[in-house]
Amino acid sequence: MNEKTGSSEQQLEAAEYQELINKIRPRHTFLKNAILAFLVGGSICLIGQLILQIYTGQGLEQQQAQAATSATMVFLGAFLTGIGVYDQIGKYGGAGSIVPITGFANSIVAPAMEARREGFVFGIGAKMFTIAGPVLVYGFLISVLIGISYFLLR
Amino acid sequence: MQFLLAFVIGGLICLIGQLVMDLTRASITPAHVLVGYVTGGAILSALGLYEPLVKLAGAGATIPLSGFGHSMAQGAIRAVQSRGLLGAFAGGVESTAVGIVAAIIFGYAAAVLFNPKE
Repeated sequence: MNEKTGSSEQQLEAAEYQELINKIRPRHTFLKNAILAFLVGGSICLIGQLILQIYTGQGLEQQQAQAATSATMVFLGAFLTGIGVYDQIGKYGGAGSIVPITGFANSIVAPAMEARREGFVFGIGAKMFTIAGPVLVYGFLISVLIGISYFLLR
Repeated sequence: MQFLLAFVIGGLICLIGQLVMDLTRASITPAHVLVGYVTGGAILSALGLYEPLVKLAGAGATIPLSGFGHSMAQGAIRAVQSRGLLGAFAGGVESTAVGIVAAIIFGYAAAVLFNPKE
């Protein structure tokens, strides 16, 4: 970029060109993305831990408290997606907003909202599962395989 | 301390997903990441490797989708212990029923009640 060019005009052109490139080119931001994913994902889990401890404090046993926490986080994810906040979080958080269960809720609500004009059956009803469907299919598949393996090997 | 562990472990689990998305082919979408986390979590859980993480980090390990896979795997194993082969089919759904139905109900409600932002 700092290469000496012949005239000042050329230099100016080169600088402008570089500026333009910097605007368009995707930067090597994977370090920044990784840090943001860590911070956003960690914060969501921190909120989950807070909710979990509130439920265990109410006297729920561990497994039920965990299920109640999942449901609460799913509610928050769906609500924040509905009011348009979760997409903002997702812009910065990347995988930090996708991997937690709130991201699973987001993956259900976002396509369903978009598909509402296609009707309640093939619109909302079907498009809800654009991403959640594969997740459930492979989740059930692997859980049955694990169950059968355990049955055969125990 | 429990909060710090939830933050750090949960953050690291998400960071791995970000690296997978950034450093691999562009054809790896969020859907692939989520499917990978559920499947990976279930396999780690079946090998007995995920439960220690849950003990250590609490929600830091259960809130990421790998925790969903863990819950499915443990549900299937517990159901086989109590009901035999039939349990293999029922256990995974049973242990995650609350989360799945909550996602469908709250997801449906949000999709009906809110308009997409342009």
